[in-house]
Amino acid sequence: MKHRGWILAGFALAAWGGVALAPYFGVVSLSDLRAIPVFWQIRVPRVLLAFLAGSGLAMAGMTFQALFRNPLATPFTLGVSSGAAFGATAAIRLGWTASLLGVSAVSLSAFAGALASLVLVYGVAMARSTFSTSALLLAGAAISFFFWSLILFIQYLSDFTSSFRILRWLMGGLETVGYGAVLDVLPFVISGSAVILCFTRELNLMAAGEDLAVSRGVQVGVVRAVLFSASTLMVGGVVALCGPIGFVGMMAPHICRLLIGTEHRHLAPATFLFGGLFLLACDAVARLLIAPAEIPVGVITALLGGPFFVWLLLRRPSAGDSPV
Amino acid sequence: MTKPILDVAGFSFAIGGRAILRDLTFSIARGDRAAILGPNGAGKTTLLKCLNRIVRGGRGRIAVDGLPLEDYSQLDLARRVAYVPQADGRSAPFTVREFVEMSRYPHLGPLAPIRPQDSAAVDRALEETGTSGFAERPLEALSGGERQKVSIAAALAQEAELLLLDEPTAFLDPPRRQEILRTLADLHRERGMTLLFVTHDVNEALGQASRVLALREGALVFDGPSGALVEAGTLEKVYGHSFVIGPHPRSGRAVVFPE
Repeated sequence: MKHRGWILAGFALAAWGGVALAPYFGVVSLSDLRAIPVFWQIRVPRVLLAFLAGSGLAMAGMTFQALFRNPLATPFTLGVSSGAAFGATAAIRLGWTASLLGVSAVSLSAFAGALASLVLVYGVAMARSTFSTSALLLAGAAISFFFWSLILFIQYLSDFTSSFRILRWLMGGLETVGYGAVLDVLPFVISGSAVILCFTRELNLMAAGEDLAVSRGVQVGVVRAVLFSASTLMVGGVVALCGPIGFVGMMAPHICRLLIGTEHRHLAPATFLFGGLFLLACDAVARLLIAPAEIPVGVITALLGGPFFVWLLLRRPSAGDSPV
Repeated sequence: MTKPILDVAGFSFAIGGRAILRDLTFSIARGDRAAILGPNGAGKTTLLKCLNRIVRGGRGRIAVDGLPLEDYSQLDLARRVAYVPQADGRSAPFTVREFVEMSRYPHLGPLAPIRPQDSAAVDRALEETGTSGFAERPLEALSGGERQKVSIAAALAQEAELLLLDEPTAFLDPPRRQEILRTLADLHRERGMTLLFVTHDVNEALGQASRVLALREGALVFDGPSGALVEAGTLEKVYGHSFVIGPHPRSGRAVVFPE
């Protein structure tokens, strides 16, 4: 595929164009001078947050799919999002306000929840004598249900206002004022993505099979730990701020694979750019579809993602057990 | 006498207290073409995986090129030992060329681009396995035989001296099996590679290997020239089953049929 460079350049151009133009679309007309703060303090940060969140979730999805050799492995299906959501919900409910190295307690707690769920899912799937994709997805569903039950329990114990806030947060949203949220999520997404971009060769080999990767010289244990940590960190960081926005991590990498192939040296930058653009577009729809009211962006991604998931399952009879 | 490329001494391996390999001692000389035979569950695949450190652990000593396995980094080991896994029906989501190029991993620095010598090694591997014609096709569009050739090409691009193959002809029809066997024989002759392959086909071992190692319940029950395999009682000892041995109608070479 010699045209990959051009596709990648097209993605970069589209992403740049999307980020540059998206703030101009909204309910309030920018011809009104009073709208200037709306532009700089609400729309631009929201667009940046949407792009970073989309990029982070898509990169994490791509990485999980390569490491688990399954197109249905995503932060959402593996229970990582629900683990992060539980961590964040607990931190919000308990009113933790401390921060470590500038990272808020909610983000740290979300990261811990994400990591715990990944370890649990992986542990359950590996505990069987033979590793299978269906075991992995079932373990993901089970852990997800477990964490959602804990979230519901926390919600039940909360007063009406907190309960509504938690519910609204769980629907996923990108509402933000000022650049605080953008700066909070930026280090997670940039550092996580940078790590993943450094390991694209290893991702290729791991997507071809773990035994094969070892025989080609990959230190599989180390690489897997680094990539899981980087992805989980991103998911934790994004979910803590934006709620568990589902399906971006499945749809974006898969669409990129159809356009640019599976070679991760091309796929990873494409997924970063397209993931950002994708969530940006979903957010624009969420803001404008029933304006002046807004639909939570998580509802839009789930409405698109559900049918996409089914299509992916039906597309190939063996999709559930075939490599990415 | 040159040091063997592979030297195994008193090696045992167990999983969860169950012995898989028991006190194995053998060595493989440079340029050998050796087959590993044995009934299902004898530990053949585990042995290959231990030699390549895909499976870690075990007691005893495995040395590659005179150095204990534990002294190698995984990258150093990959420059000396290549591996063709057993076909499992799953294909990697890459084109043939992408897949073969990935095997240059142990020769590339971190983040370093593919160099001209890497492309040359890939081209040579594709050429020698007869896979150049479909280098740009996705692996999942290939037949089982084509895929197996690509798998061998990928191991060749690694430019290692010792090639381990796990049932390279499994699930292939007779003409495709012959193609793979011819490819391996050519590689042995032209590249001077050392081949160690697992097979369930006794006739394949007789025809393709100069040396045979036979395992039963994890223990080495035969180690000798392939011709000695047809001596009275040897195969019975390996498989616990009797065999009929007769001459091939054309070549006169001994062929084996299970009773």
